[in-house]
Amino acid sequence: MSTPPSGLDTPVAPAFASVDDVVTRLAEVGYLASEAVATTVFLADQLGKPLLVEGPAGVGKTELSRAVAAATGSELIRLQCYEGVDEARALYEWNHAKQLLRITAGREESWDEARSDIFSEEFLLPRPLLRAIRNEGPTVLLIDETDKADVEIEGLLLEVLGDFQVTVPELGTITAVQRPFVVLTSNATRELSEALRRRCLFLYVDFPETELEQRIVRLKVPELDEVLATSLVRVVEALRNLGLRKAPSIAETIDWARTLVALGATSLDAQVVSDSLGVILKHTDDIAKARTKLDLPSILV
Amino acid sequence: MTTDQAPQDLAQRLVEFVDALRGKGIPAGTSETVDAAAVMAALGFEDRRRLREGLASALVRRGGQRDVFDMTFDLYFPAGVGLGASATEIDAESVEDLRDLLLMAIAEGDTRMMQQLAELAVETLGNVATAGSSAGGWSAYQTLDRLNPRTLTAAAEAMRSEQRGNGQGAGQGGGQGGGSGTGGSSAGLMGGDVADSLTRDEVRRMIDLFRTMVEAEARRRTAEVRGRELVTQHAVRKTSGQIDFLSANAQQLEELRQAVQPLARKLATRLSARRRRSRRGRIDIRRTMRRAMGTGGVPMRPVHAPPHRTRPELVLLCDVSGSVAGFSGFTMLLVQALREQFSKVRVFAFVNTVDEVTDIVREGGEVRRRISEEARITKWHTSSDYGESFLDFVADHLDAVGPRTSVLVLGDARNNNQALRLEALHEIAQRSKRCFWLNPEHSGSWGLGDSVAPEYAEVVEMHECRTISQLERFISRLLPV
Repeated sequence: MSTPPSGLDTPVAPAFASVDDVVTRLAEVGYLASEAVATTVFLADQLGKPLLVEGPAGVGKTELSRAVAAATGSELIRLQCYEGVDEARALYEWNHAKQLLRITAGREESWDEARSDIFSEEFLLPRPLLRAIRNEGPTVLLIDETDKADVEIEGLLLEVLGDFQVTVPELGTITAVQRPFVVLTSNATRELSEALRRRCLFLYVDFPETELEQRIVRLKVPELDEVLATSLVRVVEALRNLGLRKAPSIAETIDWARTLVALGATSLDAQVVSDSLGVILKHTDDIAKARTKLDLPSILV
Repeated sequence: MTTDQAPQDLAQRLVEFVDALRGKGIPAGTSETVDAAAVMAALGFEDRRRLREGLASALVRRGGQRDVFDMTFDLYFPAGVGLGASATEIDAESVEDLRDLLLMAIAEGDTRMMQQLAELAVETLGNVATAGSSAGGWSAYQTLDRLNPRTLTAAAEAMRSEQRGNGQGAGQGGGQGGGSGTGGSSAGLMGGDVADSLTRDEVRRMIDLFRTMVEAEARRRTAEVRGRELVTQHAVRKTSGQIDFLSANAQQLEELRQAVQPLARKLATRLSARRRRSRRGRIDIRRTMRRAMGTGGVPMRPVHAPPHRTRPELVLLCDVSGSVAGFSGFTMLLVQALREQFSKVRVFAFVNTVDEVTDIVREGGEVRRRISEEARITKWHTSSDYGESFLDFVADHLDAVGPRTSVLVLGDARNNNQALRLEALHEIAQRSKRCFWLNPEHSGSWGLGDSVAPEYAEVVEMHECRTISQLERFISRLLPV
């Protein structure tokens, strides 16, 4: 059961030895993984399956792949999806301008010579997917915001992620030298197709538990007083339970912690919170809601 | 869990587990089951939490299914049999002792201790076995009723504040545990730490956590006596996608609220009918030239500039009468979520006459109570009358509907034998870009009793919308991208 269920013949040496290994090595590069994250990363590596990560914005979905790349010494190749991203942007494209130049330069030669020459490696522009497949060393392929891309791209992804090979008609089939560690992220703007979901291991990253978030704050902003950090995380957690339009993410918690350090705050009293609420909340009605909840003096912002 | 189980047995257990998940609305296929087995092989059985996370990554495909997965997992892969060993070490003679220990655990936020107390509490307080019959079991309700953890709120809050060393352990307004959400947390005003005003909410969350622990424990123990399949079938909740709007309780409404947010966004993108790569319109010269390089400078395929994107307008007509109480609660959630996505949402509520409630919905708060108090939605009686409401809408608010407006009617079409006024609804549908009716009743009961759904369905497209998953299907199948 432990062999990867795909057509890739080269044996895959797992990058991580155990779940604990994942935790320690990710922590070394500054990513504190929860139990769920560590387990799923270990499995994705072990079973050689792509990892589909969903969750609210700012919980470290993209950061995770960066950390995995750093921890395993892999190169991170990123494909940022957007509406209208196509094969030419994701897979490969011929360098037309250069091909035209080449044709004009060799005016005297026959068509056969020109043809075999202009469709060679030299004129190929590899895009992220092809680059990830051709990369010789260990690779982490991050396909960011997959839900933003159109449905057609999903079909392409199925093909590429299934066999890890790409067919360029003029060059032939290019097969991966070694299987990249693939991470797909999604914000669920669009439901990804069942077929794509089935091929991936699914990980839902939520806001971290109190204790983990405190550790994250302490790791990222060591200057912050410990008592203050505890209060800060408690307030952030309460805000998340408030049903705001945009709940504060981990990134915003860290920003807030940095702000408090910059302000030289010693305790989290009403005045300090009131002054710096704009750092974590980005909508006026959210700020108003938080003020009533935390009983802050309702001065104008 | 023990490791000496035969592989055959484990495979069978896994298949049964996946079967149970399917019954609860998590569609796991064979390939997922195979993945799950690979996960088991890779992780082993030393760490139950990791095994759970691993199996979830292979079997669960989207957020919102995790609760159901966890509950079912606890039944099929229980942490042990009978009373946990660590729980027996706790020295608690009476209910009072248990309460004291629980108080300490909640005040300190010691979830481990709470878990053990939950096990012990179910063991000592929750047994509902009747002598001489096999139909025994453990009841979470009985346990919680006898232990009554809610009454610990004030004391736990006081203890917590004391521990923080701020001397603010007043714990005002004690004893009203379970009251409204925001009451009485004004301690933060005094220049102290703002976080201290949150103690009460945190204590409440701890108590809720304890309650779910007790419920899970009672399910586990009952499953030992009465079989996993039976308990899964009855005691494990459905996924939020399958909750019936008309019978949703407060906790389920909260789940619906979370599920509805992304749906609103999806509905908005669908209704705006974006045509990104259009075949008509202005030609984008720069991009056409760029693309022409591939064909030797000859512009074979012109690129069109993306059409101007309009944010869609939406008019909602909501029945807020008593017969659809659960649905209209949900409707309000949907409406509030939609408000963020549409440039112009106008909301009209009706029982037997119609009034605009856009402002009330915008301000939020207790929307349903405010609508019934402030908006004029009834005339001289209080039962719903769709015909009259449509007629009033045409008379007073028809200017809200224009050629770019989508209209959604939300209601059960139970007209109390009043006149239908099909022509009024027809006029609304004619003026709008599109018009849909979402009915929270099972389509089998349309037309039964005083329901006039079939008649109205001839005028506007009507869709059964009892659960989130049906709403989702409506959005994804009927509205084009």
